[in-house]
Amino acid sequence: MSQTDLYTLTGAALFVIGLYALITRPHLLHKVLALNISSAGVFFVLVGIARRVAGPTPDPLPHAMVLTGIVVTVSSTAFALALAKRIYAETGAAALDPVDVAAEERSGG
Amino acid sequence: MPNVTPKSPFPVRVAALALCAGVGVLLARAVLAIPETESGLAPLIDANLSASGVKNAVTAVLLNFRGYDTLLEIAVLVLATIGVLSLSVTQPGTWAPVAEQADPVLSALARFLAPVMVLVAGYLLWAGEHAPGGAFQAGSVIGAAGVLLALSGYARPVWVSRFALRAAISVGFIVFLGTAVGAMLAGGTLLEYPPDYAKTLMIVVETWLTVSIGAILVSLFIASASPTEEMRWRSEGYR
Repeated sequence: MSQTDLYTLTGAALFVIGLYALITRPHLLHKVLALNISSAGVFFVLVGIARRVAGPTPDPLPHAMVLTGIVVTVSSTAFALALAKRIYAETGAAALDPVDVAAEERSGG
Repeated sequence: MPNVTPKSPFPVRVAALALCAGVGVLLARAVLAIPETESGLAPLIDANLSASGVKNAVTAVLLNFRGYDTLLEIAVLVLATIGVLSLSVTQPGTWAPVAEQADPVLSALARFLAPVMVLVAGYLLWAGEHAPGGAFQAGSVIGAAGVLLALSGYARPVWVSRFALRAAISVGFIVFLGTAVGAMLAGGTLLEYPPDYAKTLMIVVETWLTVSIGAILVSLFIASASPTEEMRWRSEGYR
């Protein structure tokens, strides 16, 4: 298994872990973290792809794309957190389905 | 925070696991199918590096060859900041100290570190021309300095008005867009810099991008860091 395979397979695994958490975790903060883990997986794949060139310097194009991706991830994370905080401020629950959460709380869940 | 069910019901989890396992197998097969040695666009970038105006390939890609990506990227940053500032229940754009009473040691350290961080940001900006570095790294360091100051109990300096903060947030995008359109008016296509002025134009754009990215990161942090309980109280007061 080459170095590139190790990086890209790790990236694919991270993406899937993030996807699973995104689906199964109702808490909005968990969803934001899950999205971040998925993005880290995508960056791993791109950095791994960049290393395939023969010379000592990696391909600069995937690196530039990762740099762009990191910045977009930061801004989307900040926006998602602001949305989550606003949802909490309005409904008192940090989940998309606050009715369910309120019912859980009444029944002692 | 109220208790939120930590996980979805069991059937949902099983279905999600099956879905993710399927996606994972497909992704693994896809990444293993990538050719082992493939130079991609690296030779093309190397061949045109001398025409780009800078010596660092990543900077050349970001600001010249794929400048469109970076232009849209700073647009995304500005849009996200507008969104975060409008969602915040507290006064948008207010730069209140996050910590009411900062530790005196932290406060003194922040006062000592902030000018050094600005210096480091200036170095990174300058180094981006020929070595790893550039506007986004420099902007992150400035943003970190701002976050450190906010956490140490320093509020927005009085000489920075709310208008000035908004101007700093948007100036990078405006200068970048102006340069792109200016290159078009000068006879090229959008973002096609004249080779003689490419280096100057890129450094001007990068400098203003650094200012904007620093202001954006600090604003995102400050707007998101207001105490939630107080937010709830305020939003109920508004109803």
